[in-house]
Amino acid sequence: MNHIDMNHINMDHINEDQLVLFYYGESTESAAIEKHLSGCEHCRSELRSLQLVLNTVDSAQVPERPAEYGQDVWKQIEPRLAAPRRPLLRQWWIWAPVMAALLIAAFLAGRFWQRGDASVVAKNRNNQQIRERILLVAVGDHLERSQMVLAELDNAPEGAPDGKARLDISDERRMAEDLLDDNRLYRQTARTTGDNSMASVLDDLERVLLEIAHSPSEISSQQLNDLRQQIESRGLLFKVRVLGTEARGSGTHGLENLPALEKDKKSKKL
Amino acid sequence: MEAEASGAVERARSGDHDAFRLLVEQHGRAIFRLAYRMTGNEEDAEDVVQETFLKAYRQIDRFDARSSFSTWLHRIASNCSLDVIRKRKTRERKRERGPDPAQDVLVSIPAVTPGPDRELFSGQISDSVNAALGELSAQERTAFVLRHFEGLSIEEIGATLGTGTNATKHSIFRAVQKLRRSLEPLVSTVR
Repeated sequence: MNHIDMNHINMDHINEDQLVLFYYGESTESAAIEKHLSGCEHCRSELRSLQLVLNTVDSAQVPERPAEYGQDVWKQIEPRLAAPRRPLLRQWWIWAPVMAALLIAAFLAGRFWQRGDASVVAKNRNNQQIRERILLVAVGDHLERSQMVLAELDNAPEGAPDGKARLDISDERRMAEDLLDDNRLYRQTARTTGDNSMASVLDDLERVLLEIAHSPSEISSQQLNDLRQQIESRGLLFKVRVLGTEARGSGTHGLENLPALEKDKKSKKL
Repeated sequence: MEAEASGAVERARSGDHDAFRLLVEQHGRAIFRLAYRMTGNEEDAEDVVQETFLKAYRQIDRFDARSSFSTWLHRIASNCSLDVIRKRKTRERKRERGPDPAQDVLVSIPAVTPGPDRELFSGQISDSVNAALGELSAQERTAFVLRHFEGLSIEEIGATLGTGTNATKHSIFRAVQKLRRSLEPLVSTVR
């Protein structure tokens, strides 16, 4: 036992720290302390005083929340949740770059190999339209995921005005890193196929994703504001949202009804 | 826990949205209580609750199914609360300090308690305790709340906050010293 003068009394007594550990049942000297307490009124009084204060702390009231509180919390957070997370190998960002590369390879291969007799050409054209639609759906998904990252940062809580408080953006940074590879592929494909409006938005998106991916895991309020300004000054969030919806709409429309594709001569170009 | 027993945690880990909703519904109130004790005000506690579940959702694949989901959630809530308290302390430091609210409350409590006003007095004790907790540093308050209210061991707290056992122990010691300094004059009036 550590013998420390308490309250300026030059005697061997249990010090406050030891009493705190004893109170919480974490003392390694419980037996010795109990023995000491049984013969020392001063230390018993100290323990009573400590108990009284700590028991008073228990009386601090916590505002009650109704039984349905959890449901209210769910309603508030649900719109902010990304797509459900899956175990490691089923997570989209593991496979998204591979899928994007395969889709684009299939799309471009179809575009350059449309040769042969009329029926083969027609069949190839049909296949090409299907590929375009699948690619649009994939781009739509990509834009939706990008939108979630941008929205998360745009709606992040304000830090301290002095800029010293840090915000953890490690999740957003990781997602931005994963999205970058896809974005490059889609942007290049959009340029190749002459869809300049899509390419331009993907270009802007890539710059912001790069900025997020290269940010530290924890950023200051000032850095957060800089990111927000980049997102907001180009109206990027809005553009990504609109294009994503359009792409998904154009891509899914008619996919379930393949003969209709033949009539759809104005399939949206990527 | 009911949701854990019914496999909600496992289903939530596999990406089941509804299973995660069950977990929010089941643990929401407990997380609010912890967040309120940590932050000392309802608005911050509400923010902590939301942030806790958003983080849990994003990181659920990192949850080790062999451990307790509730403990894991409390760990996230503790760290979210710590962030909130730190941010608030930083903001407060920037402002010019006004009169000490803890002292004001303590001074306002009558030395002799009138019998019929027991309920009022109990509210005042609660205010005083909250004010005293508000005087603790973020680290002291978090460590103390986890030890005192949540019943975590000092070792567990050290692991949760990443501060180690010794630093946690000293945070708790300092917290108790400060609480005694603030509250002993008050409790001596009701002894």
